[in-house]
Amino acid sequence: MALSANRSIASSASALRNISLWFAVSALLCLVLVDIQISSADPWAELARMTAGALSPSVWSWPTLLSGLANTFAFALQGVTLAAIAGFVLAFGYRFALIRAFCAFVRSIHELFWALLFMQVAGLSSLTGLLAIAIPYAGTLAKIYGELFEEVDPAPANNLPHREPGLSHFFYAVLPLAWRSMATYTSYRFECAIRSSAILGFVGLPTLGFHLETALSDGHYSEAAAFFYALLLLIGTLRLWLHKRLLPVYLVAVFYYLPPQATISWQLLVRFVSEDIVPAPLRGEALWNGETISHFAQWFNLLWQQQIWPGLFNTVLLGQISLVFTGLLALALLPLNSPLFMRPRRLISRGRFMSHGRLMDRNWKRGIGDSILILLRTLPEYLLAFIGLLIFGPSMLPAILALGIHNGAIIGHLLGRYTEELSLRADANSGVTLYFYEVLPRIYRQFLAFLFYRWEVILRETAILGILGIATLGFYIDSAFETFRFDIALLLILVSAALNISVDQFARYLRQRLQLKTVPESL
Amino acid sequence: MNDSPTPPPALFQFRQQSLQYEGRSVLDNVSLSIAAGERVALIGGSGAGKSTLLKALREQRPDTVAWCPQQPGLVPILSTFHNIYMGALEQHSLPYNLLNLIKPLAGARSIVEPIAQQLGLEQQLFSSIDKLSGGQQQRTSIGRALIQQRAIFLGDEPVANVDEYQGEALLKLICQRHQTVVLALHDIIQALSVCTRIIGLQDGAIVLDAPSEQLQASDLAGLYGAS
Repeated sequence: MALSANRSIASSASALRNISLWFAVSALLCLVLVDIQISSADPWAELARMTAGALSPSVWSWPTLLSGLANTFAFALQGVTLAAIAGFVLAFGYRFALIRAFCAFVRSIHELFWALLFMQVAGLSSLTGLLAIAIPYAGTLAKIYGELFEEVDPAPANNLPHREPGLSHFFYAVLPLAWRSMATYTSYRFECAIRSSAILGFVGLPTLGFHLETALSDGHYSEAAAFFYALLLLIGTLRLWLHKRLLPVYLVAVFYYLPPQATISWQLLVRFVSEDIVPAPLRGEALWNGETISHFAQWFNLLWQQQIWPGLFNTVLLGQISLVFTGLLALALLPLNSPLFMRPRRLISRGRFMSHGRLMDRNWKRGIGDSILILLRTLPEYLLAFIGLLIFGPSMLPAILALGIHNGAIIGHLLGRYTEELSLRADANSGVTLYFYEVLPRIYRQFLAFLFYRWEVILRETAILGILGIATLGFYIDSAFETFRFDIALLLILVSAALNISVDQFARYLRQRLQLKTVPESL
Repeated sequence: MNDSPTPPPALFQFRQQSLQYEGRSVLDNVSLSIAAGERVALIGGSGAGKSTLLKALREQRPDTVAWCPQQPGLVPILSTFHNIYMGALEQHSLPYNLLNLIKPLAGARSIVEPIAQQLGLEQQLFSSIDKLSGGQQQRTSIGRALIQQRAIFLGDEPVANVDEYQGEALLKLICQRHQTVVLALHDIIQALSVCTRIIGLQDGAIVLDAPSEQLQASDLAGLYGAS
């Protein structure tokens, strides 16, 4: 009774608790509606075969493996370089709503969808691979660069004698302040680009994903394992050989090795733009004709009932479940990268905490814990979902697991690092009690900020997983491409873009309402 | 009341020890013993080594002292109730603690509520700690120490953020609930009225150690001048 009487008293936890509850309840409702049955006859047998393959990797052809590796690297480096340049230029105009909207639009379309679009005019060419990565990444980088420029300390610029901001102003008083964060974020994006590049193989480009898909589909798990390890090794060792000073060398090398080119038939291009992607009932008809409009309305209505609505519905459903699962997993995984939970035994004895600074130096337990998170983060969700489908059979379960594991590891890693900054009392508890009483309440705001920041990404990935046969928007988009109905494909891509943009806006609104701050260093 | 030679049942004891703070030696050659039943005030300017000494005292008996540090380590979005209850986590099972986190349990409330009442926090019991004033937060921190029901209280400026009148009352409450009390204080009058023994620190050394009956405020003023 007393508690309810006190409800009116200020509580900063209640807003966070309410929003969490809403998300959890909505995810549970979604869970009732989706199919998460295990439909394969014997998932354990398949898993056993895969494990056996993973333990006995065999390289079927070294030249294939090496060229796959080289192509994956080349597409990623070329794509991010182009994206960084374009993003930098766009960031100049980031205060204009039109440019912000443009950036939001290009990044709301997944790189696989861009690839499917470009393939229609430029074929399976190196240009297709480059643009598929460069375009959405430019949108993302423009946003980050633009926000970094806005957030730099204004004092140096204000202290300059000439107060009207010009380019030299920018290069002296803004860029140097933002440079480090830009470099950090860009290098993180490069790691993501390698994953994207590998995944482009699933739609036919000659990267690691191409061989992975073939080997996995044919059940050649030992061969698949070799490609898989090659991808992990490529990402895992980046820090060792991709030095800043060597970057020009690598750039020259990748453009020499894989020059972006395509044989584009102009006739085809013109036809694609002026005819193929125009909604079928409008082709060659007078636009403001009553009959055309009614045909179009019929066409759209049918499309809405058969593809757009079910696609949207399933994408939102799956996205919501995956988001909540991601959150739960992130909270469960964060101790792996936290000095508060992963610490050498001798330091646990009560009353003898060492300062965290020294704790972090040599802490092998945390080292192992974080390696697990980084490994999980390195696995592209698309690949995880593909493997999950082979094991569990077609349902939404593999997609939920894949999205949760990949994104949960990313957020868990960041949250774990965030706990470094918490200063606890010397007589703080340890273990589970420490987690729930001290750590969770302190990081919860940050956790929600990270999760909402990731929401749009999760939804974009959810749509893409449709290509694997899960009935999200990607499924209908892929089918439309397969049947050469490019008008429908484009319309569905635009629908998925609109969905992503709305969710991003909603997440931004929630972050502001709950006063969540985000430092988007590697999300 | 003569405790200049070491009394036999010493709770805390240092023999020519050097005490460090974050790897840097702050107090050299400390020889000190504190017996059960004493009420000790540590007096000295900032940086004199009061916190270091308190920390070292705590490390001698981590499981028998109630600890009230300068940085109270309150958890922002949790309520006053939970922040006080956190002192008693060890006395309850894990499932009980977790349940109590979700919904305050009757048993836990019956322990916390009287303490909150004594501290004048009953109105704020279910407010988040970050909505409270500095003084209220400090009282919560004392509450967390009181709920432990231990014989020894170690406090680092436990009443620095409340007014004189309230501070006096809180210190009395602390002394009433603990057999032995060691406090770092900056208010000399408070120290003399509440404590039985004054230890003065200056430049990394103990420069004064006497029963408070033998001292006057003017004797202690010099401790603040030099540092």
